[in-house]
Amino acid sequence: MINRFIRRWRDPWGQPRLLQLFVWGYIAWSLLPVLIAVQFGFNEGRSRSVWQGFSLRWYFTDPNLSVWNDGSLIAALKQSLKLAGLTMLVATPLGVALALGLARWRGRGSKPANFLLLLPMATPELVMGVSLLMVFIYLFPFIELGTWAQLIGHVTFTISYVVIVVRGRLFAIGRDYEEAAMDLGATPAQAVRMVLLPLMAAAIFASLMIAFAVSIDDFVISAFLSGGAESATIPVRLYSAARLAPTPALNALASILLFLTLLAVLAAALIMRRARARSGAGGSAVEEFARLS
Amino acid sequence: MLLFFVTPFYALLSVAMGRLDPVFSSAEPVWNPIRWNPAIFPEVLGELFGGRLTAIFIRTFVYVGTASMLCLLIGYPVAYYLARHAGRWRGLLLGLIVAPFWINYLMRMMAWQNLLAVDGYVHRFLVFVNVLDAPRAWLVGHHETVILGLVYGYVPFLILPLYAALDQIDSSVLEAARDLGAGPVRTFLHVTLPLSKQGVLAGVVIIMLPLFGDYYTPNLLSGSPRTRMIGNEIDLFINSGVGGATGAALTVVLMALIAMLMAYYLFTVMGAARESQQ
Repeated sequence: MINRFIRRWRDPWGQPRLLQLFVWGYIAWSLLPVLIAVQFGFNEGRSRSVWQGFSLRWYFTDPNLSVWNDGSLIAALKQSLKLAGLTMLVATPLGVALALGLARWRGRGSKPANFLLLLPMATPELVMGVSLLMVFIYLFPFIELGTWAQLIGHVTFTISYVVIVVRGRLFAIGRDYEEAAMDLGATPAQAVRMVLLPLMAAAIFASLMIAFAVSIDDFVISAFLSGGAESATIPVRLYSAARLAPTPALNALASILLFLTLLAVLAAALIMRRARARSGAGGSAVEEFARLS
Repeated sequence: MLLFFVTPFYALLSVAMGRLDPVFSSAEPVWNPIRWNPAIFPEVLGELFGGRLTAIFIRTFVYVGTASMLCLLIGYPVAYYLARHAGRWRGLLLGLIVAPFWINYLMRMMAWQNLLAVDGYVHRFLVFVNVLDAPRAWLVGHHETVILGLVYGYVPFLILPLYAALDQIDSSVLEAARDLGAGPVRTFLHVTLPLSKQGVLAGVVIIMLPLFGDYYTPNLLSGSPRTRMIGNEIDLFINSGVGGATGAALTVVLMALIAMLMAYYLFTVMGAARESQQ
């Protein structure tokens, strides 16, 4: 018994059981609370901490308090979808263009530009939120707080994600195709439009999805730039309602948000994996995302 | 084409980075930098060091420090296992560890509100196993609860850079250490740990940045003045309508703090890079 233990201890390739247990314990700790929160969205009763049986009451059937029937909750859902949709449509083209520019830009200024691009990801959201609020109050007072201010705020930080995804793909493609196209008589613009963009289609789709997910998940920027209850997104609603006698409808709303985000991220991961499989390169989509996050 | 696309972003980013300046003097912006009046900074710094905000300032550091240490203690073994021993499970494990990134932070805090409620699962379990004899109001003004929330919230952000660093360690170096007679503990302490120093630093800095700017975690899991952090003060100053200038100045102080953290990090990274080149 002890011998076996020692042999396992000495074996450099053995599985460290204790560590394995710790890791699975960690994963359970990190995910179970969320699953339980999802479960309470389906609670029969009013409680968010005691299970009283399954129902869809808080999603649809309750006439006043369900997500479907409570005006403020459905408004938050709509605002979230609107904002994330717009952000995705604005940030992706800009980010793709920016990535193309940065990838082709060698020489002076390219390093600071790269650095500036990553800065929003390293700045605490609180600082970003307060600063943007000041911009919209004092510098551009003609942009009212609310959807438009939120959109601009979201675009500034989602763009970084788009650039990272697209630039990774650009490096993988290399310059060969583009140069071949130009040798065959294409103008630089044609080379980009007819050769590079089709090659990047998967990355662009993934960027759309990631921009959507990042935007719909944001809380701080949305909260600081919201002009009042009518431009509150789901996270803002989760925050403001959490302390005021919340019902399981809040859990239901959060679960819807979770579902939307995971759907977008999964779509992005799948399309990236397919693209990579087709181009024959290795590496898993999950690892790609690990690096991204 | 390039300039056409890049310029607006330069403008946008420079506005984004420089936007606090106008409010230095008061909530009424002064556009001319020569006429800025920096008097608010000594005032705010006075509040932070030996004034009304001192307790909150110290508490922020204690929370951030404790939470990052706990994150490291939890995150290191996970990242280590993932990099060294995960084998064919690696993809799945990595996916499960990345998953919290895409689960809304507020939802993850809400989950703990549900669990720690007076009639929640955690209480009932603890009462059931006789650790507690009666439920306690954990969600009001408890430092432990806030720190638990912070650790829960930010561990995944630490694991990934750490995993990347540990994954890069050449396993032949570890084999060499073992061949030379070092036991697993010595191999870890003298080879793995020093080689992962950069990753540890990167991970801790990455979680410290948002930790310093957090205000929603203490609000959601405690909501009491006893557990306020600097972020809460900024939030209150800005959103109360009065004290916009103080809030902005506090944000600048927070930014300076974070810039110092970043500078320290970049400095060490560059120092290490220079060392490895020689």
